[in-house]
Amino acid sequence: MSTTKDIQKAELPVTILAPAKGLGALNLRDLWLYRELIYFMTWRDLKVRYKQTLLGASWAILRPLLTMVVFSIFFGDLAKVPSDGVPYPIFSFAALVPWGLFADAVSVAGRSLVQNRHMITKVYFPRVILPLSSILAGLVDFLIAFVILVGMMIFYKISPTVHVWTLPLFLLLALVTAAGVGLWLAALNVQYRDVAYVTPFLTQFWLFVTPIAYPASMVPEKWQLIYSLNPMAGVVEGFRWALLGTEQGAPGPMLAVSSLVAIVLLVTGMVYFRRMERNFADMV
Amino acid sequence: MVSMSEYAIRAENIGKLYRLGETVGNYSTFRETLTGWLRRSDKKDAADASKNDLWALRHLNFEVKQGEVLGIIGRNGAGKSTLLKVLSRVTEPTEGYAEIYGRVGSLLEVGTGFHPELTGRENIFLNGAILGMKRSEIGAKFDEIVDFSEVEQFIDTPVKRYSSGMYLRLAFAVAAHLEPEILVVDEVLAVGDAEFQRKCIGKMSDVAQEGRTVLFVSHNMSAILRLTTDTMVIEKGKMILRAPSAQAVDYYLSQGFSEAGSRQWQADEVPASAGPFKPIELRVVNAQGHEANTVRSVEPCRIEMEYEIAEPITGLRVGLYLLSTRGEYIFTTFDTDEPGQFERMTIRPAGRYVSRCTIPADLLNEGRYVIGVNASSFRIRRYFHDERALAFNVDAAGAPGTHWPEPRLGPVRPRLDWKIEMVDEQ
Repeated sequence: MSTTKDIQKAELPVTILAPAKGLGALNLRDLWLYRELIYFMTWRDLKVRYKQTLLGASWAILRPLLTMVVFSIFFGDLAKVPSDGVPYPIFSFAALVPWGLFADAVSVAGRSLVQNRHMITKVYFPRVILPLSSILAGLVDFLIAFVILVGMMIFYKISPTVHVWTLPLFLLLALVTAAGVGLWLAALNVQYRDVAYVTPFLTQFWLFVTPIAYPASMVPEKWQLIYSLNPMAGVVEGFRWALLGTEQGAPGPMLAVSSLVAIVLLVTGMVYFRRMERNFADMV
Repeated sequence: MVSMSEYAIRAENIGKLYRLGETVGNYSTFRETLTGWLRRSDKKDAADASKNDLWALRHLNFEVKQGEVLGIIGRNGAGKSTLLKVLSRVTEPTEGYAEIYGRVGSLLEVGTGFHPELTGRENIFLNGAILGMKRSEIGAKFDEIVDFSEVEQFIDTPVKRYSSGMYLRLAFAVAAHLEPEILVVDEVLAVGDAEFQRKCIGKMSDVAQEGRTVLFVSHNMSAILRLTTDTMVIEKGKMILRAPSAQAVDYYLSQGFSEAGSRQWQADEVPASAGPFKPIELRVVNAQGHEANTVRSVEPCRIEMEYEIAEPITGLRVGLYLLSTRGEYIFTTFDTDEPGQFERMTIRPAGRYVSRCTIPADLLNEGRYVIGVNASSFRIRRYFHDERALAFNVDAAGAPGTHWPEPRLGPVRPRLDWKIEMVDEQ
């Protein structure tokens, strides 16, 4: 009896699990057991992504940089969109960096299950690792782009505000939102391949309802609350506020609403994902 | 907290339901679901839905002791592979409860998660992590894995440059070093050539000898008899017998054959993976041209396999195994064994076919024989496989030596040329 030192007991569920129960012991314990797999999958995503591209990691810089140039020309110079008292290029770039993290995470996570279906149909591991690791891989791109952002701040001689310590919190908010949306899309994509067509449209639409090319202050007062239902609005405004010290005050009530929405997205996403997880292998 | 158990697996009332209406194994579009919802509001269709339900497994109760080597046998579509999927947690059971003590590993999972762009070294770590190994564990076994795989000099080359043999060896090396408490082997689905399958079986018996638990799914009765102690017979998702292997194999081989000289395949007996190949009927035809359950040893008979091909198949060979009822192979033959025939049939166009094989007179001894069917393209794909499609009897009346009323040993009873020559006269 005592020779079975490594043996742990794994349980298959009695019947259909209630969501709360499914989110409890079973999933998180397994996630902990498989924590190294999260690392390996993130590492694989990164390695593979840049292994066969000509410009490699510089894409992480080029994409937001080029978007910034286009935005600066069309929105900043031609349309004369106000930029809360900072030069337009850095105004938009400070938003494009967290936005890029979110947009990439959502689209990569949404594809992650279908793309790895050969794994899902053959081996058990907590499925949530797939969308999770693809989101984490995006963090590296984010960090590279962030370095450029710092460089631009030096160029424009803008020093970060005293609120810069809040930046990780806004980053966390972006990640929570991305994880929530990513889990929904990933699980839906297993059953409905429509998701693959919807996602590009969704991110494009989302880009316009997020204050990236324009300041949130342009949105009329009475719409502000509804506007802040978009957690990314809080993230983007928060980045500008903490880094650039834009004229907007601390995005207080807006941030509260944004955080709440992000948490609701994440929790419902996890519940839905967990509910669908049991049959991924049969459907994917 | 956890009571140590002498069991490796305890399963109670396991059931797995597939809804055929919801296109099993296929994704649907949102539109299909919408129309599905609309239809479901209709009560008549709700009743139809349950007709489309398929219990791939139902009311399965069993226990596997630690260190036990359990065989699982049953026809195609009986639910064997679904059971392994449930036990290895790839898919969850619809009902029931099971306790599994220890890590479940499978020799099926070879190469899962291998990425062509990554090197052999990188893939070992990645694949190991997917199979549930800790990084330290993989690190400790790394040299051993590389040794076993024999790809040492290419270990830092992306695996996309590997030959398929090297790829398979590396993948197998990782899986073989997982050392799970419970090993699952599904020979029916095993990939690779005969050499590789031998390696799988070899590894399996090593594991069994180390006292770990093994679940072995196979259509090969002699392998079941050789490797397992107990065997479970599954039929239509239910366990119909669990007995010492000899008894279970005997039961499995001797029951369930109709006395007719033909066998038709129903749609649910053909796995979806058979793809463009669709078996229709297998029959034994006697010298007089009638379908027969018993043929005479002294007359030729024909075995006919009728099938459909939905799209052209390259290099297809349709063949037969002849087996004794104890599962020993007597011979294997394919319709394109003649090189000339094979050349002509390089690409077999879509259509309905009959492949006829004539068993010459004076070949088989009296007794009962089992015919297995195989349709495959060599080294490309096995489309369809049924190792016990049909059984028939051979009557030895008139065969050599029948004037002595004694059973003759051996499956063949050829009429051989004997000369008796006196070399010296007394």
